[in-house]
Amino acid sequence: MQSNQSKWSRITHAPLFMPIVCLIAVLVLNVIQTPTFFKISINNGVLYGYLIDIINRGSELVILAVGMTLVTAASGGQDISVGAVMAVAAAICCQLLTGGQKTSSTLAMPIIVAAIIGILVAGLCGAFNGFLVANLHIQPMVATLILFTAGRGIAQLVTKGQITYERAPSYKVLGGYIGKCPVPTPIFVAIITVIVMQLILKKTALGLYVESVGINGSASRLVGLNSTMLKFITYVICGLLAGLAGIVASSRIYSADANNIGLNLEMDAILAVALGGNNLGGGKFNMMGSIIGAYTIQALTTSLYAMNVSADQLPVYKAIVVVIIVVIQSPVFRDKIANASKKRKAVA
Amino acid sequence: MKKAKLSKTGFLLLITIVMFAVMYIAGMIIFQDKGFAKPQMFLNLFISNAGLIVIACGLTIVMITGGIDISVGSVTALVCMSAADVMENKGMSAVFALFLALIIGLAFGVVQGYLVTYLKIQPFIITLAGMFFGRGLTAVISTKMISIKNKMFLAWANEKMYLPFGYTNRHGVLVHAYIYPTVVIALVVVVLIQIMLKFSKFGRALFAIGGNEQSAVLMGLNVKSTKMKAYVLDGFLAGLGGFLFCLNSCAGFVEQAKGLEMDAISAAVIGGTLLSGGVGTVVGTLFGVLITGTIQSLITTQGTLSSWWVRIVLSIMLCFFIVLQAIIGGAGLKKKDKGKEKTAKATT
Repeated sequence: MQSNQSKWSRITHAPLFMPIVCLIAVLVLNVIQTPTFFKISINNGVLYGYLIDIINRGSELVILAVGMTLVTAASGGQDISVGAVMAVAAAICCQLLTGGQKTSSTLAMPIIVAAIIGILVAGLCGAFNGFLVANLHIQPMVATLILFTAGRGIAQLVTKGQITYERAPSYKVLGGYIGKCPVPTPIFVAIITVIVMQLILKKTALGLYVESVGINGSASRLVGLNSTMLKFITYVICGLLAGLAGIVASSRIYSADANNIGLNLEMDAILAVALGGNNLGGGKFNMMGSIIGAYTIQALTTSLYAMNVSADQLPVYKAIVVVIIVVIQSPVFRDKIANASKKRKAVA
Repeated sequence: MKKAKLSKTGFLLLITIVMFAVMYIAGMIIFQDKGFAKPQMFLNLFISNAGLIVIACGLTIVMITGGIDISVGSVTALVCMSAADVMENKGMSAVFALFLALIIGLAFGVVQGYLVTYLKIQPFIITLAGMFFGRGLTAVISTKMISIKNKMFLAWANEKMYLPFGYTNRHGVLVHAYIYPTVVIALVVVVLIQIMLKFSKFGRALFAIGGNEQSAVLMGLNVKSTKMKAYVLDGFLAGLGGFLFCLNSCAGFVEQAKGLEMDAISAAVIGGTLLSGGVGTVVGTLFGVLITGTIQSLITTQGTLSSWWVRIVLSIMLCFFIVLQAIIGGAGLKKKDKGKEKTAKATT
């Protein structure tokens, strides 16, 4: 009995337990709603199905969640400007490709160059956030609030207040399909991003350093880590990844829509991090958890759309989920529950 | 120490007032031909920002305790939409709409306050969830714009109060300057809260908690209930401010008051409220609101700049003031450390 219980508690206390349970719950909900949920077919030579759609659409979110996890771990705060930064990167990339025109079906410069410039500008936005947070010790969310509101304004100025269309077929590859490959490209982008980030975090000491800065910044400084620099780097990485996500999102619709690219995605990314079992107050992080969290959120979004919930109304449900997760995560609440169950046992 | 703190508050307030004066006078000189110098133009600043003044006052209270509330913009949208909905579609009276507005605000305040103070969750996360929740709920009520035609409501909205001064028009007739009752309410709120902050036990407790929560606990203050009251009061003022905003716009739609939280936070920060808590005045906040209003009217009077510039300029201002605070605060901290070192040396 005792060993059974401990095995059970070992499973429930595994870091990936919560995220996986949430994912399964959402998937089961979906199967009940639409019995054909897991069916994957091939239409016109490409994979087709709900599941593929979720994994495909969730790519940007996964990319964002990776950056957000690092920022959360290092600084104990979240970067709420990622959605706006996505819009900036997309706007710059599309403007460069069209050569400043509103619509164009030719490329003014190689896509790779424009994309890299877009991503670098996003990195610059990240550096701005990082400077405010790491060097000036401003609370992360207030610091990123500046770009959260100004970012879309900047994107509007870049696109001159219009939607920039880049109709060259080669620009659609990143958000569509490579040649005859049946798997959508964004999935590859997300997988490559995750692998590269994991390699950087695991093969170098960066991951460990980020955790130690998040757990105790001054102690890490005293053992010789440059905690200011580390925090700054996480924000730059978050910015770069937001830029990449922005370009994928813009390639999907082969245009840059400053108002709608990455809209409300900052909330989804924070939600993914929280759902992944990461403490929003910083410290240890679990990248896989965040990634599973991101797919869970995307599955939730897709299923809510399937239930005829409009895009404007989605935030209500997501906000409720966020509140539930943070309440469950909060140590005070856990103590209360623990006390209550102890009392019950005592009574029994 | 007390003297240093006082001068810090005074210094920030002084910068704000000087900045407002400089901006307004510059506007008067540049846009002389467009009527910027008329007294009515000055009063219009109050008329169009009455709601924001009240909301920013509420936010100041929360920020003094070291917290923050970014849900106020969404609460405003929700209040406007539900007021419009009950009056136009449900046939309720304007008085009922006012009560509804206050109840919505209170509900947000109570829930967010409880989660922040008693479950110790970061205020940013909770109010971010509140922000998305409020905006989403607005969309649930209606995704279309509802304009208010309720007679009583319009009578409230259009009741002009003429002042004993004005300007002489081309025909030599004195045109009285006017304000709306909303302005009076807003100014009364400012005065009441300033008195409360300065002289009431509750007001002083807010500063004590913001300055150092642990010392406040040791002093025997009931930190939790004080913080809770601060959030409830903030929610109530957000509801009231939302209703005043509605009296100005006479309509409810989903995108309304988007970014208002940013305006309110900027106003408080520009007015000398420290983001770290413990310092702030609502008079400063009032000037902060006037500055944001002046930026807005300068850019709209100029005519050729797109409205996106308002957000961008405001963000730059916010950034400037945050950095200024960080520098002043940082200098203060260093002094403290030095003082500690000295005392430490003296004791050894």
